[in-house]
Amino acid sequence: MSAILEEILAQALQQLADAKDLNQLDQVRVQYLGKKGQFTLQMKELGRLDPEQRRSAGQVINEARDQFQQQLEIRKTALEQAALEERLASERVDVTLPGRGQFVAGLHPVTTTLRRISTIFAGVGFKVVEGPEIEDDYHNFSALNIPEHHPARAMHDTFYFDAHTVLRTHTSPVQIRVMESEQPPLKVIAPGRVYRCDSDLTHSPMFHQVEGFLVDKDVSFGDLKGVIFEFLQAFFEKDVQARFRPSYFPFTEPSAEFDVSCVMCDGQGCRVCKNTGWLEVGGCGMIHPEVFKSVNIDHEQFSGFAFGMGVERLAMMRYGINDLRLFFENDLKFLEQFK
Amino acid sequence: MQISEAWLRDYVNPAITTEELVEQLTMAGLEVDSVTPAAAVFSGVVVGEVLDMQQHPDADRLRVCTVAVGEAEPLQIVCGASNVRVGLKIPAALIGAVLPGDFKIKKSKLRGVESFGMLCSEKELGLAADASGLMELASDAPVGTNIRDYLSLNDSIIEVDLTPNRADCLSVEGIAREVAVLNRMNWSPTQIETVAVSHQDVLAVNVEAADACPRYLGRLIKGVNAKAETPLWMQERLRRSGLRSLGPLVDVTNYVLIELGQPLHAFDVAKLTGAINVRWGKTGEQLSLLNGQLITLDSEALVIADDQQALALAGVMGGSESAVGDDTQNVFLECAFFAPQSIAGKARRFGLHTDSSHRFERGVDPMLQERAIERATQLIIEIAGGSVGPVTEAKAESALLTRPAVLLRRQRIEKILGIALADEEIVAIFQRLGMSVETQADGWQITPPGFRFDIAIEADLIEELARIYGYNNLPSSSLLMRSELGKAAEAVLDIDRVKDLLVDRGYQEAITYSFVDEDIQKAVAPDDVFIPLKNPISSELSVMRTTLWCGLLNAALHNTNRQQNRVRLFETGLRFINQGGEVRQQKMLAGLALGSAYAEQWGEKTRKVDFFDVKGDVQAMFALTSCDVRFASGKQAALHPGQSAEILTPAGETIGWLGMLHPTLEKQLGFDTQVFLFEFDQNLLLNKRIPVFKSLSKYPSVRRDLALIVKEEISADDILRAIQGCAEQTLQDIVIFDVYRGKGVEEGHKSMALSLTIQDYSQTLTDSEIDAIFNRVLDTVTKKISAKLRD
Repeated sequence: MSAILEEILAQALQQLADAKDLNQLDQVRVQYLGKKGQFTLQMKELGRLDPEQRRSAGQVINEARDQFQQQLEIRKTALEQAALEERLASERVDVTLPGRGQFVAGLHPVTTTLRRISTIFAGVGFKVVEGPEIEDDYHNFSALNIPEHHPARAMHDTFYFDAHTVLRTHTSPVQIRVMESEQPPLKVIAPGRVYRCDSDLTHSPMFHQVEGFLVDKDVSFGDLKGVIFEFLQAFFEKDVQARFRPSYFPFTEPSAEFDVSCVMCDGQGCRVCKNTGWLEVGGCGMIHPEVFKSVNIDHEQFSGFAFGMGVERLAMMRYGINDLRLFFENDLKFLEQFK
Repeated sequence: MQISEAWLRDYVNPAITTEELVEQLTMAGLEVDSVTPAAAVFSGVVVGEVLDMQQHPDADRLRVCTVAVGEAEPLQIVCGASNVRVGLKIPAALIGAVLPGDFKIKKSKLRGVESFGMLCSEKELGLAADASGLMELASDAPVGTNIRDYLSLNDSIIEVDLTPNRADCLSVEGIAREVAVLNRMNWSPTQIETVAVSHQDVLAVNVEAADACPRYLGRLIKGVNAKAETPLWMQERLRRSGLRSLGPLVDVTNYVLIELGQPLHAFDVAKLTGAINVRWGKTGEQLSLLNGQLITLDSEALVIADDQQALALAGVMGGSESAVGDDTQNVFLECAFFAPQSIAGKARRFGLHTDSSHRFERGVDPMLQERAIERATQLIIEIAGGSVGPVTEAKAESALLTRPAVLLRRQRIEKILGIALADEEIVAIFQRLGMSVETQADGWQITPPGFRFDIAIEADLIEELARIYGYNNLPSSSLLMRSELGKAAEAVLDIDRVKDLLVDRGYQEAITYSFVDEDIQKAVAPDDVFIPLKNPISSELSVMRTTLWCGLLNAALHNTNRQQNRVRLFETGLRFINQGGEVRQQKMLAGLALGSAYAEQWGEKTRKVDFFDVKGDVQAMFALTSCDVRFASGKQAALHPGQSAEILTPAGETIGWLGMLHPTLEKQLGFDTQVFLFEFDQNLLLNKRIPVFKSLSKYPSVRRDLALIVKEEISADDILRAIQGCAEQTLQDIVIFDVYRGKGVEEGHKSMALSLTIQDYSQTLTDSEIDAIFNRVLDTVTKKISAKLRD
C-alpha cells in the first residue's frame, strides 16, 4: 500500500472514530466514498497507471476502502445504538403517576343488589316486571285479601293521597297486575320502591322490595322452600342455612318468614343477629285462594308461591352496612365505596 | 303481648328450658321478640317480720327494729323508712346479701347502733323505679322464705309479637293452649266457680245494635271497697304483663284480660242514669274518654250509653265520667262480645289503640263471656268485697259467629305441602288444636273452635298442619318447571346499559326520595301540577316530585356542604304529575354535574364543567341508541335561558332537557357554583334503531375544508341542516372543527370551519367533480343562511 493510501486510510479510520453522531458519520462517508471522496479519487487515479500496475494498485485501494466500509458499518451500528439508548432515556416517564381523564363512578348499592337478584332469578326464567308506585287501594290491599279495616292495613303505615289512592306499601300489587293480564304459568320478579309512613333509625319512609312469584300447576310449599334456599346460597355465595317460621300475611296461606344464618358470625351469635344466629330476610307463602279469586285464576287447577324481600336489608347484610339512613343521603363518601 | 313465663308454666309446664320454650313459640309462628328477667339479680333477701321497734337514741328519723327472719334469733336492724311498724312483713336483706347494682350488705353501725341487715323498698330490690317506703308484704307471708321464691321473681317476661290472625293467643290461657299442643301435653284452664248471688238488683241492658254486639253480659256488684289493696301476686303478674296497678277494680278487669283474653269494663253505678244501652252513636254526640280525649261521635261509632248519654266507646275505651274511682261503691261489670267487623278501624279513627280494641278487632272467643264475668266477680269480691247480683245477658244467637266445618282433602295436602302425611298424624294434630274432626272418604270435615277466627278455608287448615308438623320438617324441592327461551328485544335499549355508561363517565348513581319539599318542587318546576301527600312524614317530604332534579339538587347540596367541590350524580325513577286530574307516572333518567370538568389531576388543567362537557355525556347516551335526536335552544323554567336545550325526537316529541341551572335558582338553593342538569323520558331515550347494513365504498374518500362566515344567530345546526339540504349523495360526513370570532371576522359574525368528507360508491371522483360538489354546497349555504366563504 502506498504511503499516501495508508495515510488516507489512517485518517479516515480516525475520522470514523471521531464522528459524534450519525450525521457526522455520514459526512465522513461522503468525504471518502462520495463522488468526490478520497477513495473514489484514488480509484480515478488508477487510469493513469499501466494495466499491470492498475490491477494490483486497484486491489490495494479496494482493500483499503473495504476496511473503511467495514469500520463505517461498525461505527454506524454503535452510533445508532447510542442514539436509541439516548432516546429511550429521554422518553422515560414516571409510570406511577395517575392516568388522565374521567374516573369511573359506581352504581348505588341498592341497584347492584337488585341486579344480582334479577340475574339469579332470570337464570331460571323469571321475568322482571315493574308497576306503578301511586297505587289504588284495590291493588295494594283489597285484591290481596286485605279488606278495609283489616288490622294488617293499620300495620302498613300507609301514605295516602285520597281515600282510595296510596303510595304502594309493598311490591305485591304487581302480583295482581300481572295475574290480571296474563295466564299461568307465570314466573315474575317485581323490584321497586315502596313506601311506609314511618321514619326512625331502622325505618325509612321509602325503601326497596323485590317481590317474586310463580304460578303453575302443582307448585308446592316445597318448591318455595327450594327456591328460597337456593336463592340465599346464590346471593350470599356462601353455604348459608335458612329456616322458615310460620307467620301471617293476608295474601298467602300457609305463610312464613324466612331467616338466613347470620352472615356476620356464620350463625354463631353476634351483635348483628342479637345472638340468635339468624337474620330475618323476608316473607313468603303459598298464594291465597282469595287472591286467585280476585284475578280469576282457578285455584284448584293452579297453585303458586310468592315471596318478598327488603333490598336494603339484603345489601346491608351483604356489604356490612350498619345504618339504613345512609342509603338515601347520597353522600359521595358512602356511594363511592360501591363500584 | 308480654307474659310471665312462671304464670304460663302454672298451666302447662313442659320439661324444656326458657330458651327452648322461646324457640318453640317462634317456630310455631308466635314470634318471641324478647325475653327479660322479671327482676334484677339479687340474693340474700328473705321475708322478715318487725317484732319490736324502738326510737334510735341519736337519730330522730331512725328506728331500731327487732326483725324475725326465720332463724333462731331475731336480728337487730336499723331502719329509716316512715312506714316501718310492729307486725309489718317486709323484705329483709341479711348480712352477705347482694342487692341490684352489686350492693353488698354488711354488718354496720348507724350512729353508734349496730345493724345486722337492711329492710328493703321495691326500688332497692329493682322491682320499681320509685318507692315511698318499705315494700309491704302480705300478713300471711311466711317469715324466712327467700323473697325471690315468695314473689316468684325467678321468672322471665316473654314478649310475643303476635300476627293479627292469632287473636286466640292474646292471653296466658291462649298461649298455654298452644304450648300444650306443641309439647303434646294436657293443660287445664283456670277453674272458675260460679259466685253465689246475694242480691237481685239488675240494670236493664238494651242492645239495639245486635249485629255489632251479639252478646252482652252485665252484673251489679254492690258495696265494694275500691280502696282495697290489690294483692301483691296480682300486681306482680300485671307488672310482668306490662300493666300498672290502678286500684282493685281496674286491676281485676286487666287481670282477666291477660288471663283469659276477655276485655271487661267496670262502670261506677252512682254515675249512671237508667238502663244500659248498646247503640250506634248520634251525630254530634260527645264523649270524654278515660285518657282525657274528647271525641265527637257519629252513626258509625258503637257506644255503651245510659238513658242520658254515651258512657264508653264500645270495645275501645271507657268514658271518664262513668269511670270507677276510689270512692266507687257499686259497680256495673260489663263483659261483652263485640263483632270484629264492628270494632275494626273504630279505634284508629280516633287515633286510639287499646288492649281492648286490639283484641276485639282481631276476635275474642264469643263463648268466653260467661267464664270471664264469673272470674272477674270472684276476684273483685275476694279483694274488694261486695255483694253480687245476677248476670243479665242480652244475646243475639243469629249474630253470634258459628264456625262452619271446613273440608280438608287429602290430595290437596300433598299438592300444597309437597308431602303426604299419615292420616293418623293429620287427625291427631287437629284434635290437639281443639278442632273436631269427622273423617270422610277423601278427607276430613274439620270444625274449628270458636276462638280460631283464622280458620275459614282449606288453606288455613293446611297451614295449621304445616305449622304443627314444623315448616322446617317439610321437604324442600328443586325448581323443575317448564321453561321457555328468553326474549331479547333489540329495539329497546336496556336502561342498565345507559346507567353503566354514565358510571363509566364518572356519574355516581343516587337514589333520592320520591317525595320532596314543596318549596323546592315549586321553585324547580313552577309550571308542573304536583301531587301532595295527605299524610306526609314532614314538610321536607310532602309532595311527589315532578322532576328528579329536586332530589338530585338536594343530594348535590348535601355533598357540597361536606367539602365536595365536584359532584356528578344521576338517578332513574318515576316522576309524578297531575295531568288534568289524572296521575301520570313517568319513568325518567336525570343527571347533575358541578365543579371541575375532571377530578383534579396532574395531567389536565383544572377547569369548570361546562355545557358542552355535559352535552358530550348526553350525546354518548343517545349514541347508544343510534337514534337521531335534535338539540334545540329552548326555555325551561329551571334553566339558564341561554344555556338550555330541548332534546327532540325526529318526530318532534320532547325527550327531555339539558342545561345550566338558572342563576337565580342556583343562588336561591344555596349553590356557589354553576350546576348542569339533564333529564329524559326513559321510554323515548331508550328507543333503539336496529342497524341496517350499508355496503362499503371501494373508492377513496376526499376531505375538503370550508370556513364560513355567518351571523351570530345562525346556529351550527342551521349550517349543518342547510348543507344536508343539498342532498349530495357523495357527502359522507361533516365535522365542525373550529369556531372563531375576533380579528378578521366582522362584529356580530363568527367563522365556522367545517370539513367535508366526499366519497362515491361507484367511482373515484375527479378533482373537477369534487370541485363541483364543493361549489354546490357553498352555493346553497350562501343562499340559505347568507354564509360567506372566509378568505
